Amino acid sequence: MLETISAFWAEYGTVLTDGVWDTLFMVVVSTVFAYLIGVPLGVALIVTQPQGIRPHRGVYRVLDWIVNIGRSIPFIILMVAVMPFTRLVVGTTIGVKGAIPPLVISAAPFIARMVETSLSEVDAGVVEAAQSMGASTLQTVWKVYLPEAKPSLILGGAISLVTILAYTAIAGTVGAGGLGDIAVRYGHQRGITSVMWVTVVFLVILVQVVQLVFNWLSRRIDKRLDQTADAKKFAPLELLARFVHTK
Amino acid sequence: MSIIQIRHLYKTFGTGESAVHALEDINLDIQEGEIYGIIGLSGAGKSTLVRCMNLLERPTSGTVIVDGKDMTSLSDRELRLARRNVTMIFQSFNLLMQRTVLKNVCFPMEISGVPAAKARKRALELLELVGLSEKADAYPSQLSGGQKQRVAIARALATDPKVLLCDEATSALDPTTTASILGLLKDLNEKLGVTVVVITHQMSVIEEICSRVAILDGGILAEQGKVEDIFSDPHTDAARRLVYPGGVSIQQYPAGTRAIRVAFNGGTVYQPLIATLAIDLGVKVNILGADTRNIEGKAFGTMLLALPDDPNSAAKALSYIRAQPNVSAEEVEYHA
Repeated sequence: MLETISAFWAEYGTVLTDGVWDTLFMVVVSTVFAYLIGVPLGVALIVTQPQGIRPHRGVYRVLDWIVNIGRSIPFIILMVAVMPFTRLVVGTTIGVKGAIPPLVISAAPFIARMVETSLSEVDAGVVEAAQSMGASTLQTVWKVYLPEAKPSLILGGAISLVTILAYTAIAGTVGAGGLGDIAVRYGHQRGITSVMWVTVVFLVILVQVVQLVFNWLSRRIDKRLDQTADAKKFAPLELLARFVHTK
Repeated sequence: MSIIQIRHLYKTFGTGESAVHALEDINLDIQEGEIYGIIGLSGAGKSTLVRCMNLLERPTSGTVIVDGKDMTSLSDRELRLARRNVTMIFQSFNLLMQRTVLKNVCFPMEISGVPAAKARKRALELLELVGLSEKADAYPSQLSGGQKQRVAIARALATDPKVLLCDEATSALDPTTTASILGLLKDLNEKLGVTVVVITHQMSVIEEICSRVAILDGGILAEQGKVEDIFSDPHTDAARRLVYPGGVSIQQYPAGTRAIRVAFNGGTVYQPLIATLAIDLGVKVNILGADTRNIEGKAFGTMLLALPDDPNSAAKALSYIRAQPNVSAEEVEYHA
């Protein structure tokens, strides 16, 4: 048994570890860029909605429409459709680099909705209180909406990460690199199903870790919850929490 | 000098057939340094009215002048500055849940650009003023309702406002806590000279701290004046509904009936007022209506009593009731 495993690892180990790193790279870079677009978009939706702090029918309708269009195009079609744009931005349409622009374009509207949902959970009374104190729109966003929604935004972050992870696997089918790519090339095209199953195991582990860490983090920084009891149970992550908390 | 002057204020929500006239032709003057009450049943428009004072709601027409400024004519920027002068507390406290108590009190100073160290110092002073110094580093979720409202009051005072608007500020609190928050508001009014506008549906709140009161009924200002005048002599149906326990009115009794309205403000329930009156003084009073509650061993509420015809016994009864701790009584006037 051990020999089988070491033989398997000798043959496919490098491919698989490279695949994990490629996947992580694609997920992290696309998520960062998608958030850079998605957060302002989500904030703009909340602010300009009819009951928002700066209602603007026209802006809201256009943004809402863009987000809906973005969300209704299946990722695999979008990837092909934006190829000219992808080539323009990163110089190639294949490999890890070629996957990032379509991932960002596809995830940004999704993240905009996630952010919008998180921000809409902020108590309207608290927002009204800030307005009654003379807070500007920017101050209300920066000092009320975003900090008050932080635990929810973090949970949304886990959902976004897992969604983008799933997209990278789809991107693999058209030669994007990463675990999805390996699963298709080895498992489907060459019939080496063991490699495919190992990539599945890696993906499962990635999703579990992301969900666990983000759930814990969200609870840990949420000041509405009692922080005395379960806070220390996850000691290795204390450092991370402190980092996020000081922002 | 009136610090808030409202003239011909209308507020309509929606248009056409679905339009709701929340406020109609409201005229109101609130004097600097007074505690002014606005009372009405739910849906009467009191929350809308108070929101027209800091323009969280924009009036459909009419003028709102606060501290000499016509609020409706201000630019966005000017309005934000003006709002620091007319702050507000709420029924649901509306504290920032992810910030400590101290940081909550710092919030209005943060947005008005007060340097952090100075804001912190002022926030600590304010927390001391509301009696919550030891909770500076706690989070709102760790506080009781009364403590949360104290934090909200400290926060509302951070920008040295001339007016403090209280929107059902005690409605979510139990009677004991309500009394302590009302006491604090009265105290702050005396110490700082801040004008307090109290919105409530509870007559007891008005009775406790207000000097003048306006009664709002279906978006119309039914009656306004000194609290004791309205209590002893309500002219409108809306006022009578609020003043008399259970809506009972002296008008239902024969002309010439002398009646008093007795208010219990938290005295002990183990003090049998009416029975003592009858047994010890030999004066028999008739209870026309009563709405009293026993809360944690304390009596709250009001009673409408018919006094005996004999002027001597009537005077005896009145002076006896007035001598009781935590009980007040006024004679109710009769209208044909």
